[in-house]
Amino acid sequence: MRPGVGLALSALLLSAPGTGAAADGVIRVGSKSFTESYILAEVVAQVIEQVGEARAERRVGLGGTGVTQRAIESGAIDLYPEYTGTLAHVILKDPSLRTVEAIRARLEPRGLTIGDSLGFANTYALAVREDRGTRLGLRTVSDLARHPELRAAFSSGFLEREDGWPGLRAHYGLALHRVGVMEHALTYRAIASGDVDVMDVFSTDGQLERLRLRLLEDDRGFFPDYSAVLLARREMVERFPRTWARLREALEGRIDGRRMARLNAMADLDGKSIVEAAGAFPGSGGESIPSSGARGRSALVAELAALTRDHLLLVLISVGAAIVLGIPMGIVAARYRRAGQLELSVIAMLQTVPALALLMFMIPLFGIGQGPALVALALYALLPIARNTYAGLMAIDRTLLEIAWVLRLGRVRRLLRVELPLASIAIMAGIKTAAVTTVGTATLAAFIGGGGYGTLIVRGLALDDTGTILAGAAPAALMALAFHGLFELVDRVAIPRGLR
Amino acid sequence: MIALREVTKRFGAAVALDAVSLDVRPGATHVLLGSSGSGKSTVLRLILGLAAPDAGVISVDGTPVGAATRDGLVARMGYVVQDGGLYPHLTCADNVALAAEAHRWPRPRIAARMAALAEMAGLDAGMLRRYPRELSGGQRQRVGLMRALMLDPPILLLDEPLGALDPIVRAELQDQLGRLFAGLAKTVVLVTHDVREAARLGHTITLLTGGRVVQQGTFADLAERPASPFVTQFLTAQTLAPPAPAGR
Repeated sequence: MRPGVGLALSALLLSAPGTGAAADGVIRVGSKSFTESYILAEVVAQVIEQVGEARAERRVGLGGTGVTQRAIESGAIDLYPEYTGTLAHVILKDPSLRTVEAIRARLEPRGLTIGDSLGFANTYALAVREDRGTRLGLRTVSDLARHPELRAAFSSGFLEREDGWPGLRAHYGLALHRVGVMEHALTYRAIASGDVDVMDVFSTDGQLERLRLRLLEDDRGFFPDYSAVLLARREMVERFPRTWARLREALEGRIDGRRMARLNAMADLDGKSIVEAAGAFPGSGGESIPSSGARGRSALVAELAALTRDHLLLVLISVGAAIVLGIPMGIVAARYRRAGQLELSVIAMLQTVPALALLMFMIPLFGIGQGPALVALALYALLPIARNTYAGLMAIDRTLLEIAWVLRLGRVRRLLRVELPLASIAIMAGIKTAAVTTVGTATLAAFIGGGGYGTLIVRGLALDDTGTILAGAAPAALMALAFHGLFELVDRVAIPRGLR
Repeated sequence: MIALREVTKRFGAAVALDAVSLDVRPGATHVLLGSSGSGKSTVLRLILGLAAPDAGVISVDGTPVGAATRDGLVARMGYVVQDGGLYPHLTCADNVALAAEAHRWPRPRIAARMAALAEMAGLDAGMLRRYPRELSGGQRQRVGLMRALMLDPPILLLDEPLGALDPIVRAELQDQLGRLFAGLAKTVVLVTHDVREAARLGHTITLLTGGRVVQQGTFADLAERPASPFVTQFLTAQTLAPPAPAGR
C-alpha cells in the first residue's frame, strides 16, 4: 500500500511533486484531522468501493486546510470533504463568494470542482452552558455585548481567522475582557466545569447535546455559510464519471446538521469507530458493519502492525539517509573550518524550524505522504549526526593525526583506518540520538499523510480519545526504547574493541 | 645527514628556537637534551616537516625540508613519541602493520617483517594481538618502536620515548635501545630531559635551554669541559639528586 524503500529513497533525492493521482485506477480520498471529516471521507471511500470503477485509498487525518489544499492541488489526493465557507475565505480568499455555483465557477480554473451541499452546514458558532445562558438571558451573539465580564476560550484558528473572532468582534462591537486560546478538547472540559463561559464550537459538534451547550444565534448574520460539500479534482471527475455521479447521489442533501452531530457523537463520545459511524450515514447500508468487540480488537492489532511497519520505515529510511549525508558533512566541516561552521549553522537552523512547519514546507515540493515526511525527518536527523561526527573528529589527539601523516597513510586510509574509528563513539552517539528522536518526530508525519503511529495520535486527538492517542504514543515510546537497546548492541560492532 | 642552520621558530610572541644550528652524523645517535620548554621537541617537528621554521634552513641528506619536499623526506623517517602514540582502536599488530599496508606489502612480507621486529623488541606474537591499553607502558613503547621501524627508515626520531616509564623499566629499555641503535646503524635523533639517558645513548649531545644551544659535543665534553655553569648545573641536578619520579 505504501511506496517501497527504493521509491521512498528516490522521493528523497528527486523533487518529484505528488504525481497525478487517479491515473492508476485509484481514487485517493483525503480528510482533515477532525471527526466529521474522517466520517465523511470514510463514507466517500465506501461508496467508491461499491461502484468499483476505481480503488479507494484513504489518506485521512491530514493536518488542516493548508495541507489538504496543497494535497488536492498537487494531486496527492483526489477529493475530500470541505466547507463552502472555508473554500471562499481560505482557499479562494474571496468572502463575497456565497453560493455553491459561484464557488464552483471560481474553482474551475484551478482544475477543481465541488458537488452540492450534503445537506448540513458546519458553521462556527459561539456556545454557552445552557443553565448560564438562561440565567444571564443569553440567546444571541448580540446579547454578549451586555456581559463583557464573561470568560472566553477560543481555538487558535478561530482566534486568528478573519471569519472568526476578529471579524465577529468588529461586526457585533463586542468587548470581552478575558479572551484566551485553548485546545478545543480542553475547552469542553473547562466550560462544563464552569471555568470558561463562552467558547467557539462547530454547529455539528457531537459534544453540544451531551454537555448541554446553547448555541448563540448569529442574529446579525456574521458567520459565513459552511455547507459541507465534496471538493474534487476535475481530472478525477472526468476519469471516473460514474463514481462521481454516485457519490453526489449518495451524499448530497442526505443529512442534516442534527444527524451529522449525532454521527460525530457516536465516534467522539460513544467509542464507536469511524467505520461504524460512517456505517450509520443515511443510506449507506451500515447494517453490514459489525459492532466493535472482538473484531475491533483484531482490526486494531492488524492496523498497529501496518503502522509499526510504516513507522519503522520512516525512521530507518530517514535516519539512513541522514547517516549517508551527515557523516560526510561532519567530515567536511572538520576539514574546512570556515565552510564547516557555515554548514553546521545551516543544519542547526533547520533544526530550529518546528517539525510541523518543516513538514508543511515539504508539501509544495514533494506533495503529501511518506516522501515529504522522509525528507523532513532526514533533515531533522542530520544535525546530531553531522555535529557529532565533527566533534568526534575534532577531539582526536593531534599527535595521533601527525603520526598518520608520518606513516604516510594517505587521506583515504587515514580517514577510514584512523579518524573515523577514533571518532566512532561520538558518531554512534549522534546516530543513536537521531534514531531515538526520529521515532518521536515521525509521529508528526501523520499530519501530512505520512502514516506511522502518528495516525492513531492524530485520530485520537480528533476524537478526544485518550485510548487511541495512547495506542499510537505507547508503541512509539516502546520503539524508541527498542532503538536505544538495539544501538547498545550495534555499538559493539561499530565501535572498535580497543576504544570500549 | 641532518643539518639545522640558524633555525628560528616562534609560536606567537614566544621564541621556541633561536638561531639553532646542529649536525647529526649518519649512523650516529644524537641526543637533544633539555628541560621542558627548551625547544628540543620543536627541533624534531621541524625535521619531520610537521612545522615550518620562521627563519633558517633544515636539510636532510642535502635536501631542504619544505612543503614540496617533506612528503618525500618523511618516507626516510620513523617517529616514536612518548607512550608509543599507538592507535587505541587497533591491535598492536595492526598498529605496526599500518604503514606497510599503506604501501601494499603482501601479507607474508608484513608477517615476516613483524616477526623480525618483534624478536628484536623482545615481544611475543600473543602480545601483538592485544590492544595497546592491555599492555604495560614499556611494552607499548616497544610496539611504537616496531611501528616506526616497519618500513626500515634510515632515520629514527624519538620524542621522549621513555618519558612515561618508571625508572627501572626505563633503565632496562635504555640499555636495550642502546644495543638496538648500535646494531641497526640508523641515524637517530632522541629527545630527552634525562641526563642518564643522554649519557647512555648519545654519541653526541646538544644541550638546549630557552630555545638556544648551550653546548654541543660528547657527554664527556659536556661533563668535563662545560661551556657554562648551567651545563654543570643541568648535568648534576639529576645525577646527584635521588632518582627522578616517574613521568615528568
